[in-house]
Amino acid sequence: MTLSISLTVNGTVQAVALEDPRVTLLDLLRERLHLTGTKKGCDRGQCGACTVLLDGRRTNACLVLAAAQDGASVTTIEGLAEGGQLHPVQQAFIDHDALQCGFCTPGQIMSAIGLLAEGQAGDDPERVREGMSGNLCRCGAYAGITEAVLDAQARLAAREDAA
Amino acid sequence: MSDPIPGIAAPAHLRQGSSIGQPLTRRDGPLKVTGQARYAADNHPPGMLFAVLATSGIARGRVLGLDVAAAKAHPGVVEVMTPANRPPLAGDPDAKDSPFMFRLDALQNDAVRYPQQPIAVVIAETLEAATEGAALLAPRYAAEPPRVGLDGAAAFVPAAVGVGSPASFAQGEVEAGLAAAPRRMEAVYETPAQYHNAMEPHAIVAAWDGERLTLDTPSQGMAMAQARFAALFGIRPEDIHIRSPFLGGGFGSKGLANGPQVLGILAARLVGRPVKLVLRREQMYGPVGHRAPTRQTIRMGADAAGGFTAIASHTLTATSSFDDFIEAAADVAHTLYATPALHTSHEAVRLDTGTPMFMRAPGEAPGSIALESAVDEMAFACGMDPLAFRLRNYAEVEPASGKPFSSKALRECYAEGAARFGWAGRPLQPRQMRDEAGLLVGWGMGTATFPAMMMAGHARATLRADGSGLVETGAHDMGQGAWTALAQVAADGMGLPLDRLEFRSGTSDLPDAGIAGGSAHMATVSSAIHGAGGAVIDRLAALATGDERSPLFGAGNAGVVAREGRLHRRDDEARSESYAAILSRAGLAGLEAMGQGAADPAAQKAFAMHAHGAVFVEVKVDPDFGQIRATRVVGAFAAGRVINPRMVRSQYYGGMTWGVSFALHEHAVTDRRSGRIMNADLAEYHLPVNADVPSLEAILVAEQDPHVNPLGIKGVGEIAITGTAGAVANAVWHATGVRVRRFPIGLEALIGA
Ligand code: FES
Ligand code: FES
Repeated sequence: MTLSISLTVNGTVQAVALEDPRVTLLDLLRERLHLTGTKKGCDRGQCGACTVLLDGRRTNACLVLAAAQDGASVTTIEGLAEGGQLHPVQQAFIDHDALQCGFCTPGQIMSAIGLLAEGQAGDDPERVREGMSGNLCRCGAYAGITEAVLDAQARLAAREDAA
Repeated sequence: MSDPIPGIAAPAHLRQGSSIGQPLTRRDGPLKVTGQARYAADNHPPGMLFAVLATSGIARGRVLGLDVAAAKAHPGVVEVMTPANRPPLAGDPDAKDSPFMFRLDALQNDAVRYPQQPIAVVIAETLEAATEGAALLAPRYAAEPPRVGLDGAAAFVPAAVGVGSPASFAQGEVEAGLAAAPRRMEAVYETPAQYHNAMEPHAIVAAWDGERLTLDTPSQGMAMAQARFAALFGIRPEDIHIRSPFLGGGFGSKGLANGPQVLGILAARLVGRPVKLVLRREQMYGPVGHRAPTRQTIRMGADAAGGFTAIASHTLTATSSFDDFIEAAADVAHTLYATPALHTSHEAVRLDTGTPMFMRAPGEAPGSIALESAVDEMAFACGMDPLAFRLRNYAEVEPASGKPFSSKALRECYAEGAARFGWAGRPLQPRQMRDEAGLLVGWGMGTATFPAMMMAGHARATLRADGSGLVETGAHDMGQGAWTALAQVAADGMGLPLDRLEFRSGTSDLPDAGIAGGSAHMATVSSAIHGAGGAVIDRLAALATGDERSPLFGAGNAGVVAREGRLHRRDDEARSESYAAILSRAGLAGLEAMGQGAADPAAQKAFAMHAHGAVFVEVKVDPDFGQIRATRVVGAFAAGRVINPRMVRSQYYGGMTWGVSFALHEHAVTDRRSGRIMNADLAEYHLPVNADVPSLEAILVAEQDPHVNPLGIKGVGEIAITGTAGAVANAVWHATGVRVRRFPIGLEALIGA
């Protein structure tokens, strides 16, 4: 039986035919829609490499069944840069060398954007570290990640003030 | 950094540039932060099928049967590969011709030699179907009792440890030195099995085209993998094209060809279509290596002034039942502290595990946490400050070899690290400090060390007609920042600004750059690139200085300097000519030359070559619950010339994080009855998270080394684990007064203490 769901992916509404109800949102993105920026590190919600924004909330895409997401909106790492302009979090990751191998990086960035939207961490590095602790980085780029999140937060705040 | 290094004869033609030493951001950063960097598993050639491994649920025995019919009946499953139908191999996966060759499991028979060993491959139209097909195989086994733990089998003395080092070493009268010492310590330290757990699972996308093979797979050593696959499949190495532009971490586990890669290639051959095979996280706890556990017995003696009279270190470790990789943990004592008598030795047991493998600072990491703990215990027994004690026993020459160091700025590391940390005034006695919340506070330190090795590697430099450069080398970037730093070396090596230089790397059709291991990749490949650039400039200079129409005519062999795309007379810099003009007048479309990086046997014979560092750590321990946090880690490291301080600092942070993890977090736990690893996942195999490493600081201590290689580079990828791990352990003791010698240190060891 083929299911059809409607999914908004990075702002574009798509009709997705799903002949298989077992497909996770992560595998849908990676293997069927070929949006491979979102990574799979564990496939069971333990590493955060697959973090996307699902209806605006940071979510481990490996734990979500695609078939249950009819009508949902997904933002992935591919959907952040606008007109070739990096999102402030992306730029801050480069500036603070918040990445090494880069495999955890899409998940870290999506998680950081989710964290900033949650508005819980403020400019407290301790709370940023805590809030980013669902995203493992085996390379140990954490120092740069924390700096980048704080810096991006400041940049975004400045942008809002200016607007 | 245009000055020639003192002690090195200036090259015939100087090349200058300002790229080396700049803290440039990562060249691959934009690709990585936008999701455009294509890792192996991101590839999806037309017609591709998905392969999923079925792996063993027992540790030892045989597979009696698999329900292949059930798997094949599952919709979408195309084929099931078992020992019965797997295509033949030209080479034996159990062959072992060198210490760099390890036996692989490629469905050669029905034997099971460790848990998570591949026992079948299911190939299907979708990942979901392949996954379900693998589950439907429901294997039946004849299981034998597993051999588990360092007491689980008889110990033997291995033929060699590490890569070809002798299993034991003795110098001086150790027993006499111990007997005569007024201060003595003896203790046993245990380190656990650890798994690399790169965030990127091992993956391969394999596509055959007749007898030609294209592979997308993460590799720290493409040329060696190419050679191994060629031998196994009976094809020519040059008919295998490996693409490994990005590795999602390696840490040693992607250094050599592994069994799952071979199975991916076999699966593609069997079905005649491209196949993608990606390990599940739990499948990374078997066929792709790990760090073996160790039990280290250390004995030390010191005289009344705190000088060592003897050091003896014995390591018991483990390897697999079918292959040898022996963690050379005791050998770290060869390089660190001066002693008139030194004895190191190793034994091993054979267990039913996958074969251990190089894992970030193999030998040094477990060796260092034990040795640095022992040194700390000895310092306390002597009533000395741990830093003063280390300085008292500072090795002016390498203890085991008696050779002078090619360079050693360890004193500076101690001084700068201690000053930055605020080590002075640390109470000698433990359990003296508390923070405002009542947590116990402790300070510990450790010495970091790692050999400055050179592998063999090659690079090609091409000067194009328009005066721009191209440098090509089959190097590997697993997160070190090699693309960034090597391009800086390439630009300076050709006397070009970075934006006039194209740098290509990461595929096997480029010159063999050797293996990214032993912290030797930057040093090796930089030497090759520097040499290739020099050779091109030599040829260009010969064209110009031999041509009377050139303003450089007659400048002679040592008379030009290459800078910013122009050659200048050294004695009259106003006389210069652009690369493009020289080529154009000579009617050449370009110039090309090769360069090689390799160890210099004469220098290696004359000098001991190591990077050094000093790490200072503060921990806080909850006195009631034993919870430990490393609140401050300061490391000062001296590793020769720094090509890109931003990349180097990140390498140190990574190593320091691994050091904290070694001391406090990670270990694999094996179930004694089944022989299976009980925490083969990222929730229960604890890696540090962001909140576990709140404050890291890395100081790059200046060091010039005229001997290690032409550019004076020592590696930085592994050293920072050493020193850090022991410093954390020593800080825990200083906070609590409890000396824990079994790692990682858990709160259970501290509760009620
Ligand atoms: S892949 Fe989803 S959390 Fe690890
Ligand atoms: S950058 Fe490699 S895992 Fe985070």
